[in-house]
Amino acid sequence: MVIKRKQFLQIGSLATASFMLPKFLKAFEKPAIVPPGNKVVIVIQFSGGNDGLNTVIPVRNDIYYKERPRIGIAKDKSLLLTDEVGLNPALEAFKGLYDEGNLSILNSVGYPNPDRSHFRSMDIWHTASESSEYLNTGWIGRYLDAQCKGCDKPTLALEVDDVLSLALKGEQNKALAFKDPKRLFTSSNEKFYKDLNASHVKSEESIDYLYKTMSETLSSADYIYQQSKLHPTNQTYPSTALGKDLKTIASLILSDINTKVYYVSLGSFDTHINQEVTQKRLFTELNDAVKAFTTDLKKNNRFEDVLMMTFSEFGRRVAQNASGGTDHGTANNMFFIGGGLKQKGVINALPDLADLNEGDLKYNVDFKNVYATVLNKWLGADDKMILGNKFEKLNFI
Amino acid sequence: MPLSNRIKNQHLLWRSAFGPMAENVAELDTLSQKQLWGLLVKTSSSSPVKIDVVQNLVDGFFKGVKDVVEMQKKEIDAAKRKKIREQSREDLKNLNIRWLDEMINSEAQLREKVALFWHGHFACRVVNSFFQQELLDVVRANALGSFKDLLRGVSKSAAMLQFLNNQQNKKQHPNENFAREVMELFTLGRGNYTENDIKEAARAFTGWGYNVGGDFVFRKNQHDTGTKTVLGKTGNFDGDDIIDILLEQKKTALFITKKIYKFFVNENIDAEKVDWLGNRFFQSGYNIKNLLEDIFISDWFYAEKNIGTKIKSPIELLAGIRRFLPMQMNNDQAQLLFQRTLGQVLFYPPNVAGWPGDKNWIDSTTLMLRLRIPQILTANEVLNIRPKDDDDVMMGQMIEAKIKKIKEATKGGIGVVDWGLVNKVYASTSRENLLAKISETLLQTKNKLNITVLGKHINNESRENYIKSAIVNTMSTPEYQLC
Repeated sequence: MVIKRKQFLQIGSLATASFMLPKFLKAFEKPAIVPPGNKVVIVIQFSGGNDGLNTVIPVRNDIYYKERPRIGIAKDKSLLLTDEVGLNPALEAFKGLYDEGNLSILNSVGYPNPDRSHFRSMDIWHTASESSEYLNTGWIGRYLDAQCKGCDKPTLALEVDDVLSLALKGEQNKALAFKDPKRLFTSSNEKFYKDLNASHVKSEESIDYLYKTMSETLSSADYIYQQSKLHPTNQTYPSTALGKDLKTIASLILSDINTKVYYVSLGSFDTHINQEVTQKRLFTELNDAVKAFTTDLKKNNRFEDVLMMTFSEFGRRVAQNASGGTDHGTANNMFFIGGGLKQKGVINALPDLADLNEGDLKYNVDFKNVYATVLNKWLGADDKMILGNKFEKLNFI
Repeated sequence: MPLSNRIKNQHLLWRSAFGPMAENVAELDTLSQKQLWGLLVKTSSSSPVKIDVVQNLVDGFFKGVKDVVEMQKKEIDAAKRKKIREQSREDLKNLNIRWLDEMINSEAQLREKVALFWHGHFACRVVNSFFQQELLDVVRANALGSFKDLLRGVSKSAAMLQFLNNQQNKKQHPNENFAREVMELFTLGRGNYTENDIKEAARAFTGWGYNVGGDFVFRKNQHDTGTKTVLGKTGNFDGDDIIDILLEQKKTALFITKKIYKFFVNENIDAEKVDWLGNRFFQSGYNIKNLLEDIFISDWFYAEKNIGTKIKSPIELLAGIRRFLPMQMNNDQAQLLFQRTLGQVLFYPPNVAGWPGDKNWIDSTTLMLRLRIPQILTANEVLNIRPKDDDDVMMGQMIEAKIKKIKEATKGGIGVVDWGLVNKVYASTSRENLLAKISETLLQTKNKLNITVLGKHINNESRENYIKSAIVNTMSTPEYQLC
């Protein structure tokens, strides 16, 4: 059906196109909710290095309070999950998800020989490389390469942003980035490009590659925009950037688009100075957007099919610095949110603050184990081929 | 169809320089490639004037302190450190814009293009703008000279020593990063050395460092004076000895030649050619100019498969547009924004391996932006795009300031083109031949744009508007992304 639609969409707007549809095709066009089981992943990137210790707070740990006399979050201020663990006070909706069994927390995630440069460490997370290795493709991009041989649209993974991240670039296939489906549609809906595209005759490899990319962009722009209008959500989202992004994602999840991975970023969490103010602002934005999003999906019975995961390029040092902030660190925690979690709550031990590496947390779980788990167990993909190595799977899904 | 003399000359200009200028259009029919190459060599023969826009701020703050270790110990308040970093970031922008201007306006086109290659080969990402400026000077000064001098100069630059952590490489605590990347990325390439070679070479590099003035210093008491064995040779080596040993390996000449071939000729290697070139490069004692001459005066360089098949890097694309059109730029921020959104910011390579290039430049977003750039530059189209934050650069910069800068950068009418001059270039071309003429001066691809399709989207109101919109539209095509 998707292939057919592409052909008639190119003739003109959807309105005229739908009149030209044969009846038997029109039947499929009805707002049919995708059957349950079409699992999707939403990655939320915390850019800048989020301070994990003030996100998931070890409220009974003396070392934590000793090292952070100014910025440590008191037990009674935190949102207590257990006797030992509290959440950052701005994450009230996360506490709600925890209580329902829809939130998992994985502590001490990192990689060997951690790099403290934002850019480099982010690349390592995006490409799933070792820290001594430089790759030009990302883990989701390679997922596209594996899944998408012969796909006519790069919509299997989408990033809600103006610029595409390395994580979503594969060797043969790259995801598509856009901030707003309508803007994507209008900016690529230029007759000039369409005419060029239509007149291109297969030629040499480089030029064909450019035309292939252009052609896919033009048809995807149409496709995404039409899909985004199929089931406009009536849920109220906060008017923040992340609120709008998650609303866009929800409207696509509720359509019959073929997208399996959505990617979105929030930041900057680079809190060298006055951490409390910045983290609170960003977490409030996160909290309110995730609250609306999870409510929306539950209402539409799609929450079981959704796995939301968060990560940051590194955590921060255990000790506070002199400016009410923290400096670049290493291992960090990740959140998993969804209706299909198998291990709920805090699923491994809190980081051991008595056993540090020059003031930094030691990692316990390699992030590549998380990727392998998501690729294999949630997306049904060949994790070993995509990651270039076999990584043991975890049990949270 | 045989390739025209014009296409061959334009090929040479796109690859060894930043493309033709509108003003050159007439001459390119008649010049021979050898004449043109002679001209390119001649205009790049004198040593370059240093781009000198950055003061060593750090030096000022640490007056009298000569050792970096001492400097780090010295207590300075956070505000001062922050100020240094902010100034450094501003300086790097100026350095970027100044060098970009040089690529477009300098007659030493060959030198600047080859320097851009080395800038990617010796990729270095440090915020210290003074160190970066000094490294750029080493690269530009030695771009066409001997690779031996270039390698040694880069290896002893404060920027590279800092970036690859050699300041932390000490007798008691060796840090292998510098030795590893020098071997893997700067000389031999993967697979031509062992882990043990790296360990031993790292010991030889112990003590190589720099002072706050950016000068190379050899810290004798941190140097490991023991015996080392590297690539089969044993001795009490220091860093210079290791560089000599690396240069004695023919593998180094072949590795560099391969990379040069990919950058200047074709992503797809012709092993026989690379071998021939590499041997001659080695025999010449690493003479870079001779290697390039071997390439650019050969017949095979002008073979059809090498022409119009390379995806321009963002810098090549931006410089190429500005070089063809006589243009006054009114907005430096916008030029930086283009670089960021297209994925190539001078002085900010993604990592020590440099920009991966080729198809890596292209995704939906970058391609569609590339197609719109000629419009944004020459007309009043607004650039409605926001690059990703770079936390290494931003350091938690205030959001309002950031948004204001982006707004400034995205105003339309960034460049003012002297269309009068451009019209003169095409004055003798009849209206019905204009499109074909413009297309053959701008495009290098084998497949030609469909003139009828192009013609449909051209402003017919006057000859001036016709030429203007024909050029802008021709630049807004996938074909123009290739050279």
